[in-house]
Amino acid sequence: MNSFTLTQAAAADEAVRDFAGHAGAAYLGGGTNLIDLMKENVARPTHLTSLGHLPLGDISSLPEGGLRLGALATNADTAWHPEVEKRYPLLSQTILAGATPQLRNMATDGGNLLQRTRCYYFSDLATPCNKREPGSGCAALHGQNRVCGVLGTSESCIATHPSDMCVALAALEAVVRVQGPDGERSIKFEDFHRLPGNTPQFDNTLKAGELVTAIDLPAQGYASNFTYLKLRDRSSYAFALVSVAVGLEMEGNTIKKARFALGGVAHKPWRDPAAEQLLEGQPASPDLFRQVAAKVFASAKGYEFNSFKIELGKRAIVRALKQATEMSQPLDSNAFLNSNP
Amino acid sequence: MSSPFIQAPLGPPAPALAPAQAVTLHINGEDRTIQLAPWTSLLDALREYLDLTGTKKGCDHGQCGACTVLVDGKRINSCLALATVYQGKQITTIEGIGGEDNLSPLQQAFIDHDAFQCGYCTPGQICSAQGLINEGRAKTADEVRELMSGNLCRCGAYTNILSAVMEVLHDGQVVVDNGTLVTIPMQPTKAI
Repeated sequence: MNSFTLTQAAAADEAVRDFAGHAGAAYLGGGTNLIDLMKENVARPTHLTSLGHLPLGDISSLPEGGLRLGALATNADTAWHPEVEKRYPLLSQTILAGATPQLRNMATDGGNLLQRTRCYYFSDLATPCNKREPGSGCAALHGQNRVCGVLGTSESCIATHPSDMCVALAALEAVVRVQGPDGERSIKFEDFHRLPGNTPQFDNTLKAGELVTAIDLPAQGYASNFTYLKLRDRSSYAFALVSVAVGLEMEGNTIKKARFALGGVAHKPWRDPAAEQLLEGQPASPDLFRQVAAKVFASAKGYEFNSFKIELGKRAIVRALKQATEMSQPLDSNAFLNSNP
Repeated sequence: MSSPFIQAPLGPPAPALAPAQAVTLHINGEDRTIQLAPWTSLLDALREYLDLTGTKKGCDHGQCGACTVLVDGKRINSCLALATVYQGKQITTIEGIGGEDNLSPLQQAFIDHDAFQCGYCTPGQICSAQGLINEGRAKTADEVRELMSGNLCRCGAYTNILSAVMEVLHDGQVVVDNGTLVTIPMQPTKAI
């Protein structure tokens, strides 16, 4: 690990100033991804602005019925928060489907959004990677690309965003609140992460020095009809090959409102508003679900070892929608234990 | 006559390392102050500076769980924690959970169930299991398996680790596959 200095900030504006005052600075949250990447020499900050003392760990109700997750609330505290379990069980299950208890106790909600890809080549300094070293090339294009993306990829990068939690936040249409040198702003979740294009070094649309301060959840948590289906090589502590988070508003067998997002297939949690619209106002049926799944993957492009994700993704959408429509009562937050394939 | 090679400048001076700072950690009920560089992990601080070598370094990347300690009662991977940011927290290592003369129920259960072979992952397994019990979420064997998934055992002692954790979780009782609680005698599990 390279030498660095470290400041422990006490407030968000102090952290933003400290970051701006040090070239090569990085914000340190729970550290589960950043410290690991620093040990690998993939991340080489010369200064860390530690956020541990910032008062951003609370989870609180918003006046219009939503819920605010402080950026420094841990993944574990969020998944097991009574309001999250009751009103946003999709989010709770999704968090619990990722990582391990130890990592979830350290990792923060803000940090979960900012974790880097687990594409093998990103952390392998001996190989080219446009995300790590812009302009060096993409070793995954013709390499071991089984874990890589099939939607929204580019010639520069076919990496995926690794988060489970973010797949639920995309389906829930969360809003990310940030503070930077130019003040505060809000970013719609679908605009927070981005596609690689030819600048894959940028995972998201944050500007330099901007700090995530909170994640706001809208009032609708789809607590009656939801599913997180995660398909992976082993049933615990593995990243998704394909995952689907679904939230539905049902009236009898008719889908009134549908939101769903996919993980493991793209550079960002993948939503397809046109496919969601196909579901709305329609009676739930396997034929409809298959039609929706086909639409989502119409533009998919497989690579040597990951083409299987296209058929797997379609079947995952059909199964996840079926599970969500057939729910008669909310599952408890431990249901992820029994929902493994 | 001096060599021109020795006199020639060797390029810009090496960047200075960030200085060590006094860091006070509250470990196993005691304040310990040591001089640490900012990049020293909590794991290295415990093992290399405080002689608390019960906590083990396995992968050093948060994947194996050998370095698990409790911070304010919650289990974390000490290899991914920078020691300096854990000042003011209550840190508990395996040495704080119990020792030879005062084994904790989990330590006793690990012995009774023969829940290890080489023993390298055991301190992490026990700290993790204590964290699991503190959380109060896992009840069934499947739930314990899932919530112990952050601890690898290269010897494959999982079956007996599960028995040991289940016994303490249910206060001397274990849940059998049909979901009922059964009291089992405290004796080593026979190899299957």
